[in-house]
Amino acid sequence: MAKRIIKAETVQITYREAIRKAICEAMHQDERVFLMGEDVGRYGGCYAVTKGLLKEFGPERIRDTPLSESGFTGAGIGAAIGGMRPIVELMTVNFSLLAMDQILNNAATIRHMSGNQFGVPLVIRMATGAGRQLAAQHSHSLEGWYAHIPGIKVLAPATLEDARGMLWTALDDPDPVLIFENVMLYNMEGELPANAGPVNIEKAAIRREGRDISLITYGGSLWKTLEAAEALAREGIKAEVIDLRTLRPLDDTTIIASVAKTRRAVIVDEGWRSGSLASEIVTRIVEQAFWRLDGPIARVCSEEVPIPYPQHLEQAAIPQAEKVVAAAKNLLSK
Amino acid sequence: MTARDDKPKLSRAHCLDLLRHMIRVRMFEDKCAELYTTEKIRGFLHLYDGEEAIAAGVIPVLQLRDRIVATYREHGHALVRGLPMANVMAEMYGKFEGVSAGRGGSMHLFDAETNFYGGNAIVGGGLPMATGLALADKMRAEKVVTVCFFGEGAAAEGEFHESLNLAALWSLPVLFVCENNCYAMGTALDRSESETDIHAKAACYQIETEAVDGMDVVAVEAAARRAVHSIRETDKPYFLECRTYRFRAHSMFDAQLYRDKAEVEEWRSKGPIVRFQGWLAKSGIAHPEDIEKIESDVKEEIEEAVAFAEAGSWEPVEKLTRWVYAERA
Ligand SMILES: Cc1ncc(C[n+]2csc(CCOP(=O)(O)OP(=O)(O)O)c2C)c(N)n1
Repeated sequence: MAKRIIKAETVQITYREAIRKAICEAMHQDERVFLMGEDVGRYGGCYAVTKGLLKEFGPERIRDTPLSESGFTGAGIGAAIGGMRPIVELMTVNFSLLAMDQILNNAATIRHMSGNQFGVPLVIRMATGAGRQLAAQHSHSLEGWYAHIPGIKVLAPATLEDARGMLWTALDDPDPVLIFENVMLYNMEGELPANAGPVNIEKAAIRREGRDISLITYGGSLWKTLEAAEALAREGIKAEVIDLRTLRPLDDTTIIASVAKTRRAVIVDEGWRSGSLASEIVTRIVEQAFWRLDGPIARVCSEEVPIPYPQHLEQAAIPQAEKVVAAAKNLLSK
Repeated sequence: MTARDDKPKLSRAHCLDLLRHMIRVRMFEDKCAELYTTEKIRGFLHLYDGEEAIAAGVIPVLQLRDRIVATYREHGHALVRGLPMANVMAEMYGKFEGVSAGRGGSMHLFDAETNFYGGNAIVGGGLPMATGLALADKMRAEKVVTVCFFGEGAAAEGEFHESLNLAALWSLPVLFVCENNCYAMGTALDRSESETDIHAKAACYQIETEAVDGMDVVAVEAAARRAVHSIRETDKPYFLECRTYRFRAHSMFDAQLYRDKAEVEEWRSKGPIVRFQGWLAKSGIAHPEDIEKIESDVKEEIEEAVAFAEAGSWEPVEKLTRWVYAERA
């Protein structure tokens, strides 16, 4: 007899709306939470994430800032130390470079420098990634740089569930958390349980199981990698797809367990290849699972070029499903 | 707030307090310089020699709930704020008993109990944080003032301008105190700024500003009282430029090629301690015994602080990687 499965009620939602919902909920649940950034209020956010929030929460808590990335990021740090739970929105990772001093020299160090007397419970959200033909000053993926820094945590929600659920967990964290939202995901639409809530920010997720090869990725590249896995499946290759979710600290356990099983790995990372997060993952696999490997590890990263404007060149510069398929087949000598 | 507490009251006891603060900082740092040459203190050591009137004039005006953000030249601020000298000295040594458990050293003195948010060693890096602390207080309607100390060199940094603008735009209770000692390392102010009146820059942001003789502790205190009073009344930022001079090298690595000895000597003769002490003696407020007593008390306190630091412990290397993230139960 067929078992009746009671499906939780779901809602149709975009990635953008999922984040907005998460912000809304946090603002309702904790009066210490407020959001600040350039054009988050009247304009509604440069990627329209915060549209409508000003009306609901007012200008104190949905706070438009001047073009002062370092100043308001630092103010977020101060407000966090002072007892608030700020969410700072930086328009994109490219502009976050103007705030890097505050993020590295203050947010990431103060707990340590103060001998554990002060923490910085701050969340910084920003867009990242290429694909919208915005050229070489608006398209880079620098989350790997931030993942280099002890003292902060780095998240890359790739799914609706994570877009909806990571923010609350990040706000609940006593230390600074950076959330990278890939620009190509904002319009992604799908079903999400109506009661979706906070998710863990510790574990990588296996998005597709397989035994022949591990495809390890995060953020916007997850969907291309899943597409690659589907293509490989049609050729009889069962690829396992790991979504890192959290780029710092990395969940070595999940990565190593998968590679120990499949004995082969391809890392897919929209960052540039040299000194990339992908390099770090390769190193960890070599350090921890060298004897389980059947062959070399491959990387599919961005080409070492500033992201160009024309679509064909832009697309050629970043990871694509076909490149992942080719890399996987090459490792499997197929 | 009572009617005239924005004016200093120059009772004998108060005058001696001001003098004691300055002498205490000066003697402590003289000892630090000595300990640096014997390699007990390492790394960077930036002395406040000549600038003591600023910390002594501003900090006692604050209440305990008020907050302080300072720079790497912050021993004076820490001592005047009431961080125990023994623990400050232990921090200079890098001992576990230090105010920051030894992890910070001379440039990073922190103390949660007295709301002392550090020594920040990035020029200008503390201004946004001070602005944010004040934002938190404002959003929670806490009547707290955040004081941010920095050198005139910071006025060239973007963070200075961004923070002043934010504090004024959002009407935040921050007291910006610029300790203008004429040099940023070896760069004289007029070699780095088109507008050398630092307080005029603040005025551009619609911030109430004042320039004061930073070598005159009474003038600094009076200005600080006006400033803090104004901030508590209006909830708006205030900018105080204190004109001062550092008698010693920028740090212990500085050969001072950029200025004449004569210039230093001239300023020394106008120093905050000789000047105030001289005035107190001349006006009969302080007697030689008073000064002797202050000096011998401070000497004893320093000896105890050094002994405490010497006896302190080194944090076990096994603990190296803690306090990068919060330890959660
Ligand atoms: C962002 C940054 N740039 C350069 C330095 C190196 N540095 C340390 S102190 C200093 C001079 C700062 O002068 P000022 O702000 O006037 O303060 P003072 O040292 O005179 O108290 C410089 C250039 C630094 N610590 N931070």
